[in-house]
Amino acid sequence: MTVTEQQRLYVERTAAEARVNVEIETEGMTLNIGPQHPATHGTLRVLVKLDGEQVVEADVVPGYMHRGYEKLTEVRTYPQITTLVNRIDWLSSFANEVPFVLAAETLMEIEAPPRAQWIRTVLFEMGRIGTMCIFLGDMGVQLGAITPVFYGFRDREHVLNLIEAATGGRFHPNYDRIGGLKEDLPKGWIDETKAAMKRIRSFCDQLEELLLGNEIFETRTRGIGVIPPEIGLEFGVSGANIRASGVDWDLRRDEDSPLAWKECDWKVWTHPDGDAFARYWVRLQETREATKIIDQLVDGLPAGPIQAKVPRIIKVPEGEAWVHTENPLGEMGYYIVSQGWLGPFRCKIRSASFSNVSIVPWLLQGVYVPDVITILASLYFILGDIDR
Amino acid sequence: MPEIPGLVKGLGVTFRTMLKGNQTTQYPHEREEPPARARGVIALKEENCTVCMLRARECPDWCIYIEGHKEKRPPRREGGRERTISILDRFDIDYALCMYCGICVEVCPFDALFWSPEYEYSEARIGDLLHDKQKLGEWMETVPEPPPLEVGAQAKKK
Amino acid sequence: MTFAVVLHLAYWQLTIIKLLVVLSVVPLGALVLGYVFLMKVMAHMQSRLGPMDSGGLASRPGLRENPFLPHGWFQLIGDFVKFVQKEDIFPALADRWVFALAPAVVIMSTFLLFVVVPAGPHLIAQNLDVGIFFALAVSSLSVLGVLMAGWASANKYSLMGALRAAGQLIAYELPMVLGIMGVVVQAGTMSLQGIVLAQAHGSIFGFGRLGEPFVITQFFGFLLFLAAAQAELIQTPFDMPLAESELVAGYLTEYSGLRYLLFYMAETASAFAFAAIAATLFLGGWYLPGIGPSRQLADVIGPFVLGAKIMLVAFLIYWIRFTYPRLREDQLQTFAWKYLIPLSLVNILVTGILKVVF
Repeated sequence: MTVTEQQRLYVERTAAEARVNVEIETEGMTLNIGPQHPATHGTLRVLVKLDGEQVVEADVVPGYMHRGYEKLTEVRTYPQITTLVNRIDWLSSFANEVPFVLAAETLMEIEAPPRAQWIRTVLFEMGRIGTMCIFLGDMGVQLGAITPVFYGFRDREHVLNLIEAATGGRFHPNYDRIGGLKEDLPKGWIDETKAAMKRIRSFCDQLEELLLGNEIFETRTRGIGVIPPEIGLEFGVSGANIRASGVDWDLRRDEDSPLAWKECDWKVWTHPDGDAFARYWVRLQETREATKIIDQLVDGLPAGPIQAKVPRIIKVPEGEAWVHTENPLGEMGYYIVSQGWLGPFRCKIRSASFSNVSIVPWLLQGVYVPDVITILASLYFILGDIDR
Repeated sequence: MPEIPGLVKGLGVTFRTMLKGNQTTQYPHEREEPPARARGVIALKEENCTVCMLRARECPDWCIYIEGHKEKRPPRREGGRERTISILDRFDIDYALCMYCGICVEVCPFDALFWSPEYEYSEARIGDLLHDKQKLGEWMETVPEPPPLEVGAQAKKK
Repeated sequence: MTFAVVLHLAYWQLTIIKLLVVLSVVPLGALVLGYVFLMKVMAHMQSRLGPMDSGGLASRPGLRENPFLPHGWFQLIGDFVKFVQKEDIFPALADRWVFALAPAVVIMSTFLLFVVVPAGPHLIAQNLDVGIFFALAVSSLSVLGVLMAGWASANKYSLMGALRAAGQLIAYELPMVLGIMGVVVQAGTMSLQGIVLAQAHGSIFGFGRLGEPFVITQFFGFLLFLAAAQAELIQTPFDMPLAESELVAGYLTEYSGLRYLLFYMAETASAFAFAAIAATLFLGGWYLPGIGPSRQLADVIGPFVLGAKIMLVAFLIYWIRFTYPRLREDQLQTFAWKYLIPLSLVNILVTGILKVVF
């Protein structure tokens, strides 16, 4: 057999194989999950390429709700910006104000009095509870259990009522001022808070029985969407998502912040598994932990003023500051560049959900369509927090 | 005793909830009273307004329209100077645009604006959400006293 | 037939009456279950109230506090009117005939289910000797309608929902048949009327006052039947074909108006039918202990007794639906083939041995 003969046979054989492959090969189905899909919490668009029900390729297309906050901050004054940043992560609005105000305070070199810092911390944790109530119920509804989400909304109401009683706004408190707070707490607020925390703890027990302990829930979430710690850190995943992968990293404890977390006794929960179940479990524990933090803080609330001395017209001196806190969804930070004007020259907003969602295409490879929903739900993003 | 499976426990939770009653406030029949600080609607005390335009400038989304003019009035004393007073011609808030941030209430230097927890002012037409100064003045009746403060608070200096 | 003799009805008159009764049971059952469970029980399990105002009575002062007055009882009828008014939309690429026929096929299978369910010693549309076999055969007709709906909608979500439904309904047909087999073996007949009589005349260890509801001896078969019925009815934890968080609404995505209503009604009425079959097979059907099947009274109270038992089973079905999350499609197949079917085979074996021994 000559070389050319061999080559000819080889070419024929591969061509025949190629023909067979072409006949068998079926085209993947491209499915557009979103922007208007019940599982996307708003308008996230996930493009998945399916082979049967298995995901071959996935891509996340954010931006349907872009509101241009970073640009808006450049044409607003500092007091006006706190009301804007409320709307980034709308479930825990108060937690969005705090890092911004702290950054501005750092630049102005003033510090709010301790009472203000404690109340800030209490409301911050209330925002966390409010967010988690939605998450704990919503995860159920994404997996098909319709009841938990109603329990979530029912018991979040206790927290929202407290936030409204103190700040005047249920969703958008706008309570932080540079150098302190708008006004002090109304009478009777502390007792109501303690009663509400009891309700939240019983809500956690209820959900633990209803959803977390449910065998169906376990089979649906165990081993689904596992984030290995090193991959998660590379993608910039933060918050409970990374703690569920066993990374013991919590800015509330690790960062030296003027807020009052260091004053009380609490625990950072981690879970070694890194799957959807672990993320649910960690968030449930964090909700409980938040009620404990609030209980301790309102007990030892120091007396005193709530507002430091600030000039009437707030002008932040030239400089740059970066402050980040552990928000309910993860690490949230503001990088403010000031040139001494009424508003910042540039304000970079680092929001947690954007980084958390960036891991989605990596996680979705090879999973089934129902698991796409489980993974999206367990990562827990807020659309406003992704698109800003 | 062997542990009860989670499936059965879950059934127990829903069953107990069914028997326990509910949290619904049936709105048109029963009203929920928002707390005194709730930011429902802005009320205007017209006689306190000096048409300083401060709040129109401070509003983050420019939903407030103020117009005024100055008038000369005869002096109070004989031989004194003529007084100039500002007359408020127009004071509108467009609630279709308002973000309910409360900045205007705070920046007002003469206490002409107050928050009222009133929330029942929905309209069929979006244009009707523009409240003029007369309508804003009517809200004054619903403004509650500011609530007493929690233990340990320092009274705010005016 | 006693009634026919007493009232001197001709065969055609009797047929028309039977037809009307069967035709009216479907919307009636759907209304009752839809109102009681889908609206009120579900609402209370979720600490809500559900509809309160429609029906007019509840908005009058004073009547609201009365727990016995209907709370929003008119809601479903209002919904019905709303659905009828809505535009009947066909997607541009839909297969129009198949798309239009699918709901009719689904609801047809529901209608046929009621033919063999007895509500009294003589109250049965047609006492077939192979009654239970007929019921199971007819109930699986709905798969055809679901597949038609999913394929004709020209929608990816619909297609996936329909394929899931087909796989699931076929997988759960088998455990259901096998689960019922135990009852059939014990009763020695496949006629539903015969099964009720077997329960009425039976006795447990010589104690015959209660009869012998098969739920006691065939408790395992009852659980198997409930699980399989849940899958047949496409309800949580087996509602992947609809899976509103994944597939928007599965094969129902493109339907609107009256056709959607037909699907919805078929779903609820099938729940009613399956509850009726379960009540007949396992709870003794229309038989009330103390009232012998030979008495005329049994014909009068039979429908009410059956109704009460249906509500009991339906409560179980819906209670599970409101509590559990859903499984994944492959987990559901694993559950059916690896657990339910072997277990039901064991159940048949044990029943057979015991039947021979005693």
